[in-house]
Amino acid sequence: MQSVLGDKRAIVILLAPALLFYTLIKVVPIFWSLGLTFFDGNVLRGFTPAGFANFTRLVGDSNFWESLTFSFKYAAVATVLQVTAGYLLALLYVFALKRSSVIVRTICFFPVILPTVAVAQLFKRLFAINPQPGPVNALIEFFGGQSIDWLGDATTAFWVFMIMDVWKSMGFFAVLLFAGLVDIPEEIIESARIDGANGLRLVRHMIIPLSLPVLLSAIVFAINSTFKVFDSVIALTNGGPGNDTTPLTLYMFRTTFTYNEYGYGSTLALALTVVAFLITIVVFRSSRRDVTAAGGAKK
Amino acid sequence: MARVTPGQIVIWVLTGLLLFTMAAPMVWLLISSFKTQNEFLTGGIFDLPESWQWGNYIEAWVTGDFATNVRNSVIATLPSLFLLLLTGVAAGFALEVMVWKGRNTTLLLFLAGIMVPGQMLLVPLFISYFQLGLTETYWPFILTYTAMGLPLTVFMMAAYFRSLPREIFEAATIDGASMLRSFVSVGVPMVTNAIVTLGLVQFFSIWNDLLVALTFVTNPDLATIQVGLLNFSGEYGATNYGPLFAAICINVFGTLVIFLMLSKQIMRGMASGAIKG
Repeated sequence: MQSVLGDKRAIVILLAPALLFYTLIKVVPIFWSLGLTFFDGNVLRGFTPAGFANFTRLVGDSNFWESLTFSFKYAAVATVLQVTAGYLLALLYVFALKRSSVIVRTICFFPVILPTVAVAQLFKRLFAINPQPGPVNALIEFFGGQSIDWLGDATTAFWVFMIMDVWKSMGFFAVLLFAGLVDIPEEIIESARIDGANGLRLVRHMIIPLSLPVLLSAIVFAINSTFKVFDSVIALTNGGPGNDTTPLTLYMFRTTFTYNEYGYGSTLALALTVVAFLITIVVFRSSRRDVTAAGGAKK
Repeated sequence: MARVTPGQIVIWVLTGLLLFTMAAPMVWLLISSFKTQNEFLTGGIFDLPESWQWGNYIEAWVTGDFATNVRNSVIATLPSLFLLLLTGVAAGFALEVMVWKGRNTTLLLFLAGIMVPGQMLLVPLFISYFQLGLTETYWPFILTYTAMGLPLTVFMMAAYFRSLPREIFEAATIDGASMLRSFVSVGVPMVTNAIVTLGLVQFFSIWNDLLVALTFVTNPDLATIQVGLLNFSGEYGATNYGPLFAAICINVFGTLVIFLMLSKQIMRGMASGAIKG
């Protein structure tokens, strides 16, 4: 039987197509891209060896550091907001709406599946100042305020991104965290209630610790996706005003395909990959520790 | 009947506000898509259109080339999805159900791919596609989407196959079925739900993609729906608001209709995936 389960021919037939696609279109390009960091040029001009020039340029490139800072700031703030909003929603589903939460859950999930480009186009109009004040500015004017050029200024544009991100993805995190909250046995919460814990105290001392594993995986997921933000930036501000809302992903894209610097573009892509890896490792490490600590507390 | 407590009223108000925040932008978008250019430039932002301009939709569809974009998106998405599921499910089976040396290493190799950002692949892939003369075809879409979706698909399928009792496949083997046979007649039927769920997740991620669609194909005749929408405002000298809003609407509500038809499946799959994960 083991020989049938280990049938070589069947393994090759089943695995080879996937492995071939994956190797040729993912694995090989990764190493190729690594190699390109030591070259200079593009498809039309050809490539010339550049030694470590791309790396020394990277260290001294203020645009690189600015875009990296923007990516960090974006990922940090968006992660906190998305996960917090999602968690509050999940608490609402489980403890307030209970069985009637299906419709609310579905409606809040709508924006998750919408194309980012379409959502960004919509938000561009919601926060517009030309040709007419958009709905947001119209409301501000209605209450006697002055219209704001939201996307014309780095700080306000950043907050439009945050609002859009929360609107679009809190439904996703709510469903993810909902699954973790539903798993908490009813009796544990009931007995805590009997012991006199309620409201905020119940959430802080019982529910958050018990749903910590799912909460941490939601955080890992959120950081990973917000750090690689690309679509919404292109569609909402295109990196502007100036380069003020340009994340590392967009800077890499521009360098490569607008300025045709393939070698330096590869170096930026490598920097992006390395930083994304480091963040994931750091978060995973700290989450491992917290989960075991919470597990210990449970006993 | 239960008595209404102040707490319940607060919850109702909060839920009402929440639903309003989710729905209002889309309602405003839909209503505005029927306005004339003049109403966009001078009318009240919350006014209803004086007459409903269905022409905006026709103009977006025909003049704005949105029909071409939708066609391109379909041609890019469906073959990728098919290839991705076909190869990914088979690989998940070979890596989880079958017994051989090195299968854990191979699974890890696929898993590592989840962490690599798409940007890391763009330059070499662009050079390859360019030199193979594929940049004016649909091939860059199909090949790249298939490869980029594989890590998650293989990983999830392996997890689903792991949750099946091994005895089923051992019994099939004793009954004389070859492994290919038990993959087709036993394995695949038992994970159909998982395949559908994963297929939906991958469908939306390919359909909504911008990075690949923007990088590899520069010919406007091959632009997907997302690229088309991105450049929509740029095609006219002055922005033509009615057709632009109509195009956003087609994109938004078209996706919503697909989602509504399939939402039960997605929600179920997401919840079970999260619990098992």
